[in-house]
Amino acid sequence: MSNHHDAAHGSVKSYGIGFLLSVVLTVIPFWLVMSGALDKWTTIIAILAFAVIQILVHLKYFLHLTQTTEEGKVNTLTFLFSALIILLVVGLSIWIIYASNAMMMH
Amino acid sequence: MSTTVLNPQVPAHQAQRHSAPAHAVAHAHEHEHHDTGGNTLFGFWLYLMTDCLLFASAFATYAVLFMNTAGGPSGQDIFELDYVLVETFALLFSSITYGFAMLAAQRQNRSATLTWLAVTFALGAVFIGMEVNEFHHLIVEGFGPQRSAFLTAFFSLVGMHGLHVTAGLIWMLVLMLEVSKRGLGNKTRIRLNCLSLFWHFLDIVWICVFTVVYLMGTV
Repeated sequence: MSNHHDAAHGSVKSYGIGFLLSVVLTVIPFWLVMSGALDKWTTIIAILAFAVIQILVHLKYFLHLTQTTEEGKVNTLTFLFSALIILLVVGLSIWIIYASNAMMMH
Repeated sequence: MSTTVLNPQVPAHQAQRHSAPAHAVAHAHEHEHHDTGGNTLFGFWLYLMTDCLLFASAFATYAVLFMNTAGGPSGQDIFELDYVLVETFALLFSSITYGFAMLAAQRQNRSATLTWLAVTFALGAVFIGMEVNEFHHLIVEGFGPQRSAFLTAFFSLVGMHGLHVTAGLIWMLVLMLEVSKRGLGNKTRIRLNCLSLFWHFLDIVWICVFTVVYLMGTV
């Protein structure tokens, strides 16, 4: 009953690696904020970077997003397209509203 | 008829007792067999991508509104990071235990699959329980969603993720019933696969929630 979808599911080892990486990438940003080790903006940039890295770790080790199979490529392409739309929706909303806020303050 | 559709391993002599349309469905199902659910999974993946956009809109709303506290509390006043860290770990552990359930399903090990699904369900329930508790505390203190635009956006965004996790838990219960009653046929494994995508996807959304809402709100 085994097929290539199952084969793309990884192993105990790959789930373990993904989990350990996620733990590290979760604990460090929480520690940075709770201890206040860095100044505000450095901390914000650092926790955003850790979030992006952890999302990539989850995509690779838990969602098995690969480039090796035809289906993996299509999944990746649709994901990248969604990521583009998300960047536009979130980024432009913030830009527009903050700019209009700034203009109304003056 | 439903047995034929749901269980491809139904013996031929049983299938023959069904009516002609049932045969057609059974036949179509055999074709699907070669496909091994690739289209189903791709379709579900597309749904998840549209769900991403829904969350993106909620995140954009939160980013725009979070400073508008209307004299009420800000994130700094109400967030407890150690509590959120425990929630995060419950969800993270549930991701790996769901992975183990999938591996057990691949090995056709029914009892191990059910055990890991039950562990995943328990961890997901812990997460939801903690979230409901957090919401309850805030509302009791008068910091409900009606208090300020910040709290409206906070309850909407975090609550929407919570509702997704709750839906995932209900789906998981249904699949546990299916696995225990019907075993780990092809169709069931495809369904487990879809829930796997859903569950891991929700963990990714939670990474964005704890980073943008809780961590950036406290820093």
